[in-house]
Amino acid sequence: MNPLVSPAVGIRKAPTGIAGLDEITFGGLPAGRPTLVCGSAGCGKTLLAMEFLVRGAIAYGEPGVFMSFEEGAEELAENVRSLGFDLEDLIGRERLVIDYVQVERGEIEETGEYDLEGLFLRLGYAIDSIGAKRVVLDTIEALFGGLSNEHLLRAELRRLFRWLKDRGVTAIITGERGEGTLTRYGLEEYIADCVILLDHRVTGQLANRRLRVVKYRGSIHGTNEYPFIIDEKGIEVLPITSLGLAHAASTERISSGVSELDDMLGGEGYYRGSRVLVSGTAGTGKTSLAAHFVDAACRRGERCIYFAFEESMSQVVRNMRSIGLDLEPWIRQGLLEFYASHPTLNGLERHLVTMYKTVRTFQPRVVVVDPVTNFVSVGSTEEVSSMLIRLVDFLKTHQVTSLFTSLTRGGQDLEQTDVGISSLMDSWLLVRETEADGERNRVLQVLKSRGMAHSNQLRRFLLTQRGVRLVDDREPGIEASPPQREVEVGRPA
Amino acid sequence: MSAEDPEPQKGADAELWDLRLYVAGQTPKSVAAIANLKKFCEEHLAGKYRIEVVDLVPNPQIARTDQILAIPTLVRRLPSPMRKIIGDLSNTERVLVGLDVRPRG
Repeated sequence: MNPLVSPAVGIRKAPTGIAGLDEITFGGLPAGRPTLVCGSAGCGKTLLAMEFLVRGAIAYGEPGVFMSFEEGAEELAENVRSLGFDLEDLIGRERLVIDYVQVERGEIEETGEYDLEGLFLRLGYAIDSIGAKRVVLDTIEALFGGLSNEHLLRAELRRLFRWLKDRGVTAIITGERGEGTLTRYGLEEYIADCVILLDHRVTGQLANRRLRVVKYRGSIHGTNEYPFIIDEKGIEVLPITSLGLAHAASTERISSGVSELDDMLGGEGYYRGSRVLVSGTAGTGKTSLAAHFVDAACRRGERCIYFAFEESMSQVVRNMRSIGLDLEPWIRQGLLEFYASHPTLNGLERHLVTMYKTVRTFQPRVVVVDPVTNFVSVGSTEEVSSMLIRLVDFLKTHQVTSLFTSLTRGGQDLEQTDVGISSLMDSWLLVRETEADGERNRVLQVLKSRGMAHSNQLRRFLLTQRGVRLVDDREPGIEASPPQREVEVGRPA
Repeated sequence: MSAEDPEPQKGADAELWDLRLYVAGQTPKSVAAIANLKKFCEEHLAGKYRIEVVDLVPNPQIARTDQILAIPTLVRRLPSPMRKIIGDLSNTERVLVGLDVRPRG
C-alpha cells in the first residue's frame, strides 16, 4: 500500500510534507478546505501550521499566507529558525506572506454595526499577491478578546470559513483547547472537514507530545494517538507503520554467531530481517549473545548499530574481549556503530526518533537494542510497548535484522517479558539458571522461532574465553566444561 | 482614496481633529458611517476637523499597513494619541467616548 494514495477515492488531499502526518491521514489534509488544529498552549499548533506552509511552498509549489493573531512576523521567523525554516527567504521569493493582525484587546469602542470586511480584504489581498494555495489563521480566536459582539463575530467566522472554501485554499485554523470542548470558542462547529488534536503531556518530568486525527470527513485515517516530536528538522509524527504487513518475508538465513545456536535454529540461524528477543535474568549472557550476533554480521561485511542503554561502548567492548570477542576492529572499520545513551536522558519519543535517524543515516543490516527493558524507567509499560512496536516495525520495513535483549527481574515469570513484546518477535531465546545435580548452570532454550524447525532442547550455556558455547549434555563425547572454568564477564556497578 | 475636508478653522491654536474613516465600498454601513461622522463633526467639532475617507476595496493593502479589521473603522490621527473606534457611528454617546471628545480637564 502506497501511503500517499488514499484508499478512499474522491477526496483530494494536500500533502503537509510533515513526516508521518501524511501517512496517518493517507495523503494529507483535505485540499481546498479548512482543517482545525487544536490543542492547549505550547502543544505545537503554530509550528505545525507553519511547517505546513513552509513545506507547501518548498516541496509542493504551493505558496502560503500565514495570518497571525498572536505573534509578529519577526517573532514567528525567530521561533522557527531553529527548525531550519528561513521565512525571510520565502517571503523574499514571494512564496510566503505573513500578516500580523494586531488585536487590541477590549479597547475599541463599538459605535454601531460593523463587519470584518477589513480582514477579508486583507486576506484576499495577501492570497492574490502571491497566488497562495494554503492559508493559516493562527489563532483567530484571539478576535474574541478584542471584539465584544460575540454573535456578530461568530457569524463573520462562519462567513470566513465558507469564503476560504470558495477560494479553494487549503487552510489550517488553529484553536486553543477549551474545557470540555475542542476549542475554547467552539470553532469545531464551523470546521467539520478535518480536526486534528495535539496534546503535550509531562509525565515523570518527561515531555511527550501526541497527535490525533479526531475526524476527517470523506477519508479514512489513523485513529490512534500518535507520538510526535519537534526537533531541528521540524515535526515528526510517528505512525505505527506505513507499510502494514505487506513487506516480503525473507528466506535468507544468517548466523547468530554461535554455531551451536545456529544448530538449534534449524541449523542455519535467524531469518534475515527477523526480530530476535533474548531474555533472561541479570548476568546470564544476553549481551554476549548480542555481541556474537554483531560480530558475525561484521564478519560478513554488514553494518551494525548497537544501541546500548545500560553500558557504555567501552564497557561492552572490554567485557566482550574477556570472552574472546574483539569488537574494536569493526568499530574502527566503520562497520559497527555504538549508540550508548541513558534511557532517562530523553522521553521515549525522542529515543525512538534518534534511533530512526541513526538507522536511516547509517543504513545497518543488523541492529541490537540492549536492553529494551530499561525504557520502563521512562514510561509506563504500555507506552514502552507501544514505542517498541513502532521501532520493531520500522526496523522490519527497513529489512534490518534486529536483536533485543530483555532483562527478567528476579521472581518474575521467566516466560514473560516486562514490556510485553514477545509477540512481536520471530525468535525468542531464553537464558536462565538451573540448579540440578548439585550444580548451578545457565541454560538456553529456544522458546519460539517462527518459520523454522527449531530445537526444543535445553542447552547448557557457557561463557568461555572463546565465546559462548552451548553444550548438549545428552550428546556423548563432548566434555562438558565445569562451571568454574567459565570466565566472569565484568559488569561493574 | 477620497478626501472630504472642510477647511480647518483659521483660529490656529485650536486643536485640529484629523479623522480617517475606513470603509469597504458603498455598503449601507459605510454610507451610514460617512453620514453619521459628518453630522457628528458638525455638532461637536465644528470648524476644527478634517475627515479622510479611505475605501479599502481598491486599496486592500492599506488594511494591512493600517491594521484594519472591522469595517467601518474610524481612526483619530490627531490629536494624539491615536484612537480607533469601529461601527457605523450611529451611537453618538459611544463616539464621544471613543474619540474622547468630551471636555477635558
